[in-house]
Amino acid sequence: MTNYLIELDNISKTFGRRLIFKNISSKFNSPDIIGVAGKNGAGKSTFVKILANLISPTKGKIKHFINNKLIEPEKVYNYTGFVAPYLVLYDEFTALENLFYCCKIRGINYEIEYAKELLKNVNLFERRNDYVKTYSSGMKQRLKYAFALIHNPNLIILDEPTSNLDNAGKDLVYNFISSLGKEKLIVLASNEQTELKYCSKIIEPEKYKE
Amino acid sequence: MIKSFYLFKKDWQSELRTRYAINALVMFILVTISVILFSVGQEKMSEYLTGGLLWVVIFFSAMSGLSRVFVSEEERGTILTLQLIASSDTIFTGKMLFNLVLVFLMNTVITLLYSILFNSFVINNVWLFVIAFIIGNIGIAVSSTVIAAIIAKANTKGTLYPVLSFPILLPLILVLLQLTKFAIDGKTIAESYAELIVLVCYDVIMITASYLLFEFINKD
Repeated sequence: MTNYLIELDNISKTFGRRLIFKNISSKFNSPDIIGVAGKNGAGKSTFVKILANLISPTKGKIKHFINNKLIEPEKVYNYTGFVAPYLVLYDEFTALENLFYCCKIRGINYEIEYAKELLKNVNLFERRNDYVKTYSSGMKQRLKYAFALIHNPNLIILDEPTSNLDNAGKDLVYNFISSLGKEKLIVLASNEQTELKYCSKIIEPEKYKE
Repeated sequence: MIKSFYLFKKDWQSELRTRYAINALVMFILVTISVILFSVGQEKMSEYLTGGLLWVVIFFSAMSGLSRVFVSEEERGTILTLQLIASSDTIFTGKMLFNLVLVFLMNTVITLLYSILFNSFVINNVWLFVIAFIIGNIGIAVSSTVIAAIIAKANTKGTLYPVLSFPILLPLILVLLQLTKFAIDGKTIAESYAELIVLVCYDVIMITASYLLFEFINKD
């Protein structure tokens, strides 16, 4: 099994004068499910974006390792799957086209059978050739799971994973979390206790202000 | 490079479906050339003046359409998706390719329309003009791409783009004006060597600076 490790070394983040958190140090090792909790505006999304190397910390260092080999920060995206309500897929493309470009721009092979299987798993197979702009918000959220898993990432970051989903969709996500959490590193940002119960460790960014 | 090509292909397909930039560009070109035609009326324009106005039309057309590569991603919220599937270098190369194709298409159409509509626009050394046109278009595409990346995150995108572009594109436009004048005069390529070297240097500096800067622009 592939070992994935994230090392946080005293990371801090400020936006202008506003301190979001400071001096967070920790290690997350796969397989595991790590929770990021806190009320709205506590810095959960900022924290997970830093983990995904989408934004830089103001201070401190963050390192990703795969099988004890350091991953260059520029390449972290290749090992990361990301789902969030603020993630927007291309409306003018179909679900399959979105997955096709996602693979091709990453520089990996596009396996249409795998893409179809993922769409079946998220109950979007029947709508695979429809433009994303015709999807409901819940369907778009489910498509994001296919988008996050198409390149078989080792790190899966889920920010408010059940947002916009109905009960069936939520069950789907909980099944994903419990099955993928056995082999991959999952970071789950949420303020729902039903979701955080899957986590072995919980980080609360707002407690790191001193 | 293949990754950037697919990013270009994605943008091109998206453009054909949404017509985000092409419609604005076509309308802008038509309106600008019509305004010049109406304002000139029956007056006979000098060759140098038509040569100068050509680059004015090209500069302002570039201002109206080339920022869309990043602005459309930012406005639709898909920039995060892009950051999740591509490195900064791939994003910049893909977007630059898209702007290159758009600039060449746009400027070829403008120049052809211009040659048809303005009788006094006569180029005596066509090869010199073509070389300057090609190197100049590369410079416009590269500069516009990096400026588009910077302004895409600002609130006042529309105003900021021409303001920020003007000092960056000014040296390029000035040399292009000079080379167009040389081409109208029928000067040889050897006689215009210094100006052509300045154009090449501009392109090299802009490409290097853009790749160095883009990671910071893209991430923060």
